Amino acid sequence: MPVWLTDEELGVLTAVCDRVIPASDAGPGAVAAGVPGYIDGLLGAFTFDPPRIWAGGPTSGRMGGDPAFARFHRLSALDELAWRMRIEGSRGIPEREFNGRVVGYQERYREGLAALGDDFVGLAPAARDERLRAHHDFTDLVYGHACEGMYGAPEYGGNRDLAGWRAIDFAGDVQPRGWTDAEVTTP
Amino acid sequence: MTVDAVIVGSGPGGATAADVLTAAGWTVAIVEKGRNHLLDPEDLTRAASDFSNDEIKFHNRHFLGPDPLVEPRTFRTSEADGDRTFVGEVNSVPSTVGGGGTHADGKVPRFRPDDFRLHSLLGPQPGAEVADWPLDYDELEPYYAEVERSVGVAGADGANPFAGPRSGPFPMPSGAPMFGATRSVAAAEKLGYHPYPAPTAANSVPYDGRPACNNCGFCSFFGCPIHAKGDPVAMLRRTMATGRAELLSETFVARIRVEGRRATGVDLVGPDGAERFLAARHVIVAAGAIETPRLLLLSGLEHPLIGRYFMAHFQTITAGSMPYRTYAERGRAVTHVHDDMIVGDEASRAAAAEAGLPWIRGGLVEHSGAAMPILEAKHYPWGAMHPGLMADSPIRKRLWAFIMQGEDLPYAHNRVDLDPTVRDARGVPVARVTYRPGPHELVASGHFGPRLAEILKEMGAEWTAVTTSPGGGNAESPEAVPESRHNVGTTRMGTDPATSVVDPTGRLHDLDNVVVADSSVFVTSAGYGPTLTLVALAARAAHLLAGTSPGACRPAGLRPGRGSAAACRRWARPRC
Repeated sequence: MPVWLTDEELGVLTAVCDRVIPASDAGPGAVAAGVPGYIDGLLGAFTFDPPRIWAGGPTSGRMGGDPAFARFHRLSALDELAWRMRIEGSRGIPEREFNGRVVGYQERYREGLAALGDDFVGLAPAARDERLRAHHDFTDLVYGHACEGMYGAPEYGGNRDLAGWRAIDFAGDVQPRGWTDAEVTTP
Repeated sequence: MTVDAVIVGSGPGGATAADVLTAAGWTVAIVEKGRNHLLDPEDLTRAASDFSNDEIKFHNRHFLGPDPLVEPRTFRTSEADGDRTFVGEVNSVPSTVGGGGTHADGKVPRFRPDDFRLHSLLGPQPGAEVADWPLDYDELEPYYAEVERSVGVAGADGANPFAGPRSGPFPMPSGAPMFGATRSVAAAEKLGYHPYPAPTAANSVPYDGRPACNNCGFCSFFGCPIHAKGDPVAMLRRTMATGRAELLSETFVARIRVEGRRATGVDLVGPDGAERFLAARHVIVAAGAIETPRLLLLSGLEHPLIGRYFMAHFQTITAGSMPYRTYAERGRAVTHVHDDMIVGDEASRAAAAEAGLPWIRGGLVEHSGAAMPILEAKHYPWGAMHPGLMADSPIRKRLWAFIMQGEDLPYAHNRVDLDPTVRDARGVPVARVTYRPGPHELVASGHFGPRLAEILKEMGAEWTAVTTSPGGGNAESPEAVPESRHNVGTTRMGTDPATSVVDPTGRLHDLDNVVVADSSVFVTSAGYGPTLTLVALAARAAHLLAGTSPGACRPAGLRPGRGSAAACRRWARPRC
């Protein structure tokens, strides 16, 4: 069950993710790495308490230490205002419109996914790419978030089983181990 | 209650002033508009654990603030652009307890003696207001020495042939050289340059109650998860341990209240939005070279030079892709630098003459790579090419680069003022930056960029590319807001109130008890990161206020007078 998107919207977003970071010989693509879930989780970050904006610290537990990334930070009132503006938009609420209207991610995704058309999921890959190029502002938005979901910490909902990091030979967060001086200077 | 000093800003400048003043027995209130992620909220003498190796949190989600949606700035290149061309993130330095110290990767070089007397040494530059500083290197040296110990700086004595004289050794030896730097250092030396281990505020050995850096690689724009970095955590912990300091985070200074030639205190807006007055005998402004002039202007101060001479660094980025892995994700982000492009040579003098300029100066050249995969991914196009590019990784795995922190000259047209209509979430006018590089910056960049590319080719680069920030080929068309966070110069220091905003001690010419303790006071930008110099100036300003001398023994976490002999020895002062 998606957190914020409808099932139908999640289906379209999945078809977009499959094209912006496709699976390849190098490894799984964005869909297998859970990127659609990462984006849905961002859009629905305020469904959770604390909101899923900033993972905790100092360690994830992958290299030792506590699995503290899973404990998300609480937001201050100003943090919450900023992130509700960014995700939900200003929605005519005066406290959010001190510099005018703000269009949030939720509106951009809802409209962007709808604009791709009812038939998008069923299109052949080349036709999907053509339509994504025709809606390049929305595609760029999804791609930026897909990069985060693919190569960011898995606690945010993407990078499932570290598929993104494994595909590119990236160690991820390395505290508290770090690297030895020899690994730094003479790897 | 009236505090001896209210300090606006908890970054390296404010933290240093707080440390010096509380050690001298003053009571202080440190006011920080950002959140506290640096100190344990249960015990402010201990470090917090909020920082992490998390690219999303630090690079993509504004964890250290300011969030440009609620605290934007505006930008334009000149008045001819109209009110602004951009609203959002402009030259942002973290808005958080610890300020810019939290995100800096900790290169903390001193300036050189020449940097304080450019006008005497080289003469004027058309269109710029080049001037000597009202103090020289020798006067600042004891403060440099003190703050290198309090921040915790690792470096190699005698390694930089161009360095100014030192009264003592670096407090720590240098840390492990990055692999890529071993290659770029060898290539640079072969071409006649003089690279050396960067003076770095990251512990190479356990120091002052903090551990040695373990080379995690999440350094630039990240808070240090183990507090091995010389962010102001040490100074702030020591300050809080005196019992004479209060830290007010998430609290905004709306204005300095002024009566005649004196400030009486500041109006604060707390986390709940409630406003209150805090009375203070002295006001120390350390909000950074953009927020400091903003506050002075919001307070109604009218000196015509407030906000003028804004400088950052005109950055020249010369990158090359190597046929081997550079391992830039391991180590302290930058371990080696060279000064040759500041010092200049026959070729650079010829380039200046050819361009019709009296002289040019480049900047410190940082030897570095690129480490972060989300940042890399966003540089590549979406689609079928993405997985192959990420696996081959010409940027993250194989790039090596030189970033030249090119000296920006002071121009009256580059400035910070209040935007006429854009507001922050509190309803307060935001800072507007008006900035464009001058001929000097462009000519210097155009000369030194290709020479840096020669070093990359000597390393074996398959291709090289030179870019600048801001981009664009000439002064009339810079393409973007500058990337530099080395903001300086907006309350110029000098002896003459007609040509400067603060006096040689950092005090406003117009008010007797308001001192600026950050990089706003810089007269010129030099080609070096500003942190150590602004910290030394803040220490000097605070010592002059308190009537104390640099170098007193102040071990971490201990009240003055109760330090153990072992703790004192770490400060390496003979009389301790």
